[in-house]
Amino acid sequence: MNYLEFEKPLAEIEGKAEELRTMGRTNPGTDVSKEAEALDRKAEVMLKDMYKALTPWQKCQVARHPERPHTRDYIDALFSEYTSLAGDRNFADDHAVMGGIARFQDTPVVVIGQEKGSDTKSRIERNFGMARPEGYRKAIRLMELADRFRLPVITLVDTPGAYPGKGAEERGQAEAIARSTEKCLQIGVPLISVIIGEGGSGGAVAFATANRVAMLEHSVYSVITPEGCASILWKDADKAKDAAEALRLTAQDLQKLGVIDRIVKEPMGGAQRGRKETIEAVGKAIETMLKELSGKKPEGLIKDRRQKFLDMGTKGLAA
Amino acid sequence: MTEGPFRMNWISNYVRPKINSLFSRREVPENLWTKCPECGTMLFHRELADNLNVCSNCEHHMAITPRDRFTKLFDGGIFVEIKVPDVTVDPLQFRDQKKYPDRLKAAQKASGEKEAMLVVTGEVARTPIVAVAQDFSFMAGSMGMYVGNAIIAAAKAAVEMKRPLVLFSAAGGARMQEGILSLMQMPRTTVAVQMLKEAGLPYVVVLTHPTTGGVTASYAMLGDVQIAEPNALICFAGPRVIEQTIREKLPEGFQRAEYLLDHGMLDRVTHRKKMREELVTIVRMLSGQSPAIAGDLPAPALATAAATTAT
Repeated sequence: MNYLEFEKPLAEIEGKAEELRTMGRTNPGTDVSKEAEALDRKAEVMLKDMYKALTPWQKCQVARHPERPHTRDYIDALFSEYTSLAGDRNFADDHAVMGGIARFQDTPVVVIGQEKGSDTKSRIERNFGMARPEGYRKAIRLMELADRFRLPVITLVDTPGAYPGKGAEERGQAEAIARSTEKCLQIGVPLISVIIGEGGSGGAVAFATANRVAMLEHSVYSVITPEGCASILWKDADKAKDAAEALRLTAQDLQKLGVIDRIVKEPMGGAQRGRKETIEAVGKAIETMLKELSGKKPEGLIKDRRQKFLDMGTKGLAA
Repeated sequence: MTEGPFRMNWISNYVRPKINSLFSRREVPENLWTKCPECGTMLFHRELADNLNVCSNCEHHMAITPRDRFTKLFDGGIFVEIKVPDVTVDPLQFRDQKKYPDRLKAAQKASGEKEAMLVVTGEVARTPIVAVAQDFSFMAGSMGMYVGNAIIAAAKAAVEMKRPLVLFSAAGGARMQEGILSLMQMPRTTVAVQMLKEAGLPYVVVLTHPTTGGVTASYAMLGDVQIAEPNALICFAGPRVIEQTIREKLPEGFQRAEYLLDHGMLDRVTHRKKMREELVTIVRMLSGQSPAIAGDLPAPALATAAATTAT
């Protein structure tokens, strides 16, 4: 288990329990199970206390936890016959974006998502989940495919943001994001989005302009990273904690603002402590949201999606 | 100060007042002369305004406020403002080093404008259009709920009046103080652009310096025709962010209008003084109108301009 900065006291207790158990194994005469169990209980209480009141900045760290399930894990577990479709037909295949046709509970769908990678090699290959223009253009192509064959689209959002690189800018990063958002608003099939980790700015919106948007309990969705916001508004990147509070980027705040439709509960201690349960809960949420939209006509889906975004922001947090 | 109290007193008590009084007695009115930030030429205010805030020496395009731009754009300087629906002020109760409402008030006081976008309608060379311009001097033209509402209002007015929409962009990006709601302006403004496209109305975007971030990644890149002013910075991620990420020097002119034109991201780069003529030509062709009549026509009466406005 990788412990986060704020989980250090917990790491200490769990470490001590582990130490005791090892000691018990090497000296069969001493009985340490009682002490170890007491420590376990203490750790459990501490975990609960920690996670029932995570601060926005802590949630950012949980959302970025390397052991959280990523898009690839969701596709493997929730979809069958996943057939990846590659390339933007112009320049390259962007490995930061996974996508293809698959079955979700027997129904053929198009699934698209940013993948961050799970070890050094795959992280580099996936560019840490930061798409270049080709990633958005691949997504556009897949959404068009879905529209033509009347397949619902499910997007999984997990990205720090669009990749700030020379080539990405030269090849029209901004235009690609704009077109992807535009495509989201044009397709006459159900479009469902789940923010599973980091919903980073334009890179997220290009995938999440959907009929229904769900967020995992400890995921975040923001116009800018707290670090970026802090360095601009506070002129001090160390003020990320304050920026995270001010930005209202938690699932709980975003639901109050009417930006997202539902929150998917995570197991105690975050998705990284219960990957299987988390994936199942996301599966259930997708199922429910698909049901809500089933039977709707293409024009109705487009109209509802547009109206939803036009209406957004009329209520503030104060109201 | 290391020089000690004596020296400090001597300077502050004796020398400075004398210099100050010398200057104030001359009473040089401020803002009569503007120094070109590119070539350093001192430009007389009236001449600069006549030249649309373009340096007469080096052709550098300086910022121009939406109101000044429209005064020069529309026939006889006559245009009618279109009302933008009000927004919830400070929806997130955002605090950084200053309160967001205080920043807003300061920007309003400094600019004399309500927000970072102005929506108007009128005639350009007798061609009726709806025009909208972003004000970089107002909180860096940043896109929040108001800017989103302005673009939606502009699109609705254009559809209602069956007029083309011309948009002048200028922004540092999203308005961070409105958090996620500023991000939501990307899909919202895209819906506005779709209204125009479905109504078959031309949507021409003029990208001015600088147009960056979420603004570039939404309505500013979705025009039927994309024109930029010379040397305008147009990007998603800014050059400083990229240099920090890739740790290498960026090529000369990177992310400038001419560079984007070379890379196929724009239709044209046009000098501000030729913009009016070009917009009229494009808009008239796209909407199947006859060529514009060349030369100066008498200004339209204010009453007729107002009467044609539906809102």
